[in-house]
Amino acid sequence: MGEKKALTGNEAVALAMKQIEPDVVAAYPITPQTDIVQYYSSYVADGKVKTEMVTVESEHSAMSATVGAAAGGARSMTATSSQGLALMWEIVYITSSARLPIVMPVVNRALSGPINIHCDHSDTMGARDSGWIQIYSESVQEAYDNMIQAVRIAEHPDVQLPVMVCQDGFITSHGLENAEILDDATVKTFVGEYKPRFTLLDPDKPVTFGALDLQNYYFEHKRAQAEAMKRSGKVILDVAREYKKLTGREYGYFEKYRLDDAEVAVVAINSTAGTAKVVVDELRQAGSKVGLLKPRVFRPFPYKEIADALKHVKVIAVMDRADSFNAFGGPVFNEIRSAMYECPAPKVISYIYGLGGRDVGTADVTKVYDHLLAINKTGKVDSLLNYLGVRE
Amino acid sequence: MATLKELAKKPEILSPGHRLCAGCMAPTVVRQILKAADTPVVIGNATGCLEVSTTIFPQTAWRCSWIHNAFENAAATLSGVEAAYKSLKKQGKVKDDIRFIAFGGDGGTYDIGLQSLSGAMERGHHMLYVCYDNGAYMNTGIQRSSATPRGADTTTSPAGEVVQGKPMNRKDLTAIMAAHNIPYVAQVSPSHWNDLVTKVKKALDCGGAAFINALAPCHRGWRIPIDEGVEISRLAVDTCYWPLFEVVDGEWKLTYKPKEKKPLVEFLKPQGRFKHLFKPENEHILKEMQETVDRNWQALLKRCGEA
Repeated sequence: MGEKKALTGNEAVALAMKQIEPDVVAAYPITPQTDIVQYYSSYVADGKVKTEMVTVESEHSAMSATVGAAAGGARSMTATSSQGLALMWEIVYITSSARLPIVMPVVNRALSGPINIHCDHSDTMGARDSGWIQIYSESVQEAYDNMIQAVRIAEHPDVQLPVMVCQDGFITSHGLENAEILDDATVKTFVGEYKPRFTLLDPDKPVTFGALDLQNYYFEHKRAQAEAMKRSGKVILDVAREYKKLTGREYGYFEKYRLDDAEVAVVAINSTAGTAKVVVDELRQAGSKVGLLKPRVFRPFPYKEIADALKHVKVIAVMDRADSFNAFGGPVFNEIRSAMYECPAPKVISYIYGLGGRDVGTADVTKVYDHLLAINKTGKVDSLLNYLGVRE
Repeated sequence: MATLKELAKKPEILSPGHRLCAGCMAPTVVRQILKAADTPVVIGNATGCLEVSTTIFPQTAWRCSWIHNAFENAAATLSGVEAAYKSLKKQGKVKDDIRFIAFGGDGGTYDIGLQSLSGAMERGHHMLYVCYDNGAYMNTGIQRSSATPRGADTTTSPAGEVVQGKPMNRKDLTAIMAAHNIPYVAQVSPSHWNDLVTKVKKALDCGGAAFINALAPCHRGWRIPIDEGVEISRLAVDTCYWPLFEVVDGEWKLTYKPKEKKPLVEFLKPQGRFKHLFKPENEHILKEMQETVDRNWQALLKRCGEA
C-alpha cells in the first residue's frame, strides 16, 4: 500500500503534517522537537504546502496563535517538547476548553529542573488533566500513523478536542526506522477537508470566543468538555478501524503483547514498550509466562478495557517515565492500579525509570520481570514503589 | 475626514448595555476607533476591564466577531487569526475584506503582554494593536503598572509615610513600538476625536502591523469626577504629558501642538491619585515631574523636526 522509507520520528511527523497540510502552523523550536519546525519551514519555503507559517517568539505565543488560527476556522497545528509545553500551559487548558481541534505533536523530554534535554514523560504527564486527548507512540511508524488519525479524532463533531501525539525524545524522534508512508492523496482523502463549526472570519455570523463564564455557566461548560472526552473513546476506535482498512495496521486503546495467558505483566508506554517486547520473548523462551500492555491512549483513560485486559494477571509492574512526587508511584501506575480496583486483587507495583533520558535496556526491564516473577512465587509484595537503574 | 455628525450615524459595533463603569474612557476610545473602520473587523481582547465587562456569558456587547484568549497574548492570538485569514483568503475560502484590531489595557500591553506584542509586530501581521492606557491595573483594583506615572498613589505603590507613590517614571511604550520599524505607530487621546479617527484610518490601511497608544482615563483610579474623562484627557495633551504624534514608516510627526503648553500641575491637581504631591514637603517631586515632561517634550519636538 504505502512506500517504505527510513525516517526519524521527527521526519515522519513533519511528513505527516505536510501530507495533512494544515492551513496554519505556529511553532517555536525546542530540542528535541526542533527538526519538525525546520522541516516544515522548508516545506513552506519550497512552496510544497499552502500553510501559513507563523514563526512565533515563544511557545506561549505558539499555542496562543494556534488558538487564534483555529478560532478563525483554519486547520491549525503546533509542536513542542518539555519546557515549551510548560510555557504553553496556560493556553493548553484554554485550547481544550474552547473545544478547538488542534493537533500537536509532542516530543517527550524531561522537564527542568535540573535542565536536561533527554527523554522522559514528565512534560505530557503533567498535562494529563488539561483536557487534551493524549496518544502515545512506540515507534516512528506509530508516530506517523497517530498524527494522521489524530486529525480525524480531534475534528470529529462528537469530540472537538485537541490531541497531543507523543513520541520519545531522541530515542524515537532522532532514531532512524523503516516506516511505511502513505501517498499524499490517500492522506488528504482520509483526513478530509476541515469544516469548522464556528469561525471568526464570517462577518455575517459574528461569534464570541472566550467570554467570561461565571458561577452560573462555567460548570456546565466543563461538564460538556468531560462528556466530549468520554465520547472520544468510540471515535478513537472508529478512526483506528478505518485506518486499518487503509494500511492493515491495527490500533486501539492499547496493544497487548503475549498478555492473554500471562501471569505477570509490565505496563509501559512509548519506546520502552519495544524494549519490553524483546524481554518478553526472551523470558517466554525460558518458560516464564510474561506479557506486556502498552497503553496508546492515555486520555481518555480506557479504565474498563485496561482492567479487562489485565484482570487475569497476578502481578503487574507499571513503568512510569515520570514521577508524581506523591510518594505513591507514577501517574500511569496510579491510574492503572485504580482501574484494577474491582478486579480479583492483582498485585500492582510501581517502577519509576529512565528520568532525564537514563538509558533503559533489556537488562533493566528483565530486572522488573524478575521482580514480578519473585512476587508471584512468594505471594508477597516486598516493595510497592521502585526506582529502576538509579544510584541510591 | 468625516464630520462628527457623519461618524455618529455609523452603526455602533460596541453596543450599549455593557457593564463598564459609567464615565469609563475605555469604551469611548473603542467606539471612536471602530467608527474609523470601513470594513468588517475581528477584535482580539486581552483580559482586563474591557473584556470582563463586555462579554459576560451568555451575553456579548460586540456586534462583530471577537476573541479573548488570556491576559498576555492578545497580540499572539490575533496574529493567529490573521494568519488563518491570509491562508483561507488565498484558498478562496474567505471572501470578505476584514481588518483585525486587538485591544489591551496597559497591564496586558506594557507589562505582561509586551513580548507577545513585540513578536506580533516584528512578524508584520496586518493588524492594529490598540493599548487603552489608563495607567494602572484597574481591573484588579488599581495596582501600579509600568504605565503608571511617577508619584501616583496606587494600591501597590501607595503614598505612605516614607514613599510618596510610585517612585519610577513611566515606560515610553509608544517609542518602543516605533523602534520595531513597523509602518504605523501613533499616540491618541479621546479628547481629540478627529485626530484619533484620522490615525486609526491610516493604521488600518497601512498594509502591515500598526500600534496605537490611546489615553483612557479611569475615574476610579485617577480619582476624578465621573464626567471629566474627556476634560482630563485634554489636559494630558495640553500639558504635553500625553503628546499626540504619529510615526509613519519611521518618520516622526507631531499631529497636535498646544498653542500654550500648560503647566503639568493643571493635569495633576484635579486627580486624587496625586493629592499627596501637593504637600509642601513634596514640592520637589512635582518639580522633577515637570522637568521630565519638559525633557520628553523637547526630545519629541526634535524627533519631529520641530525644535
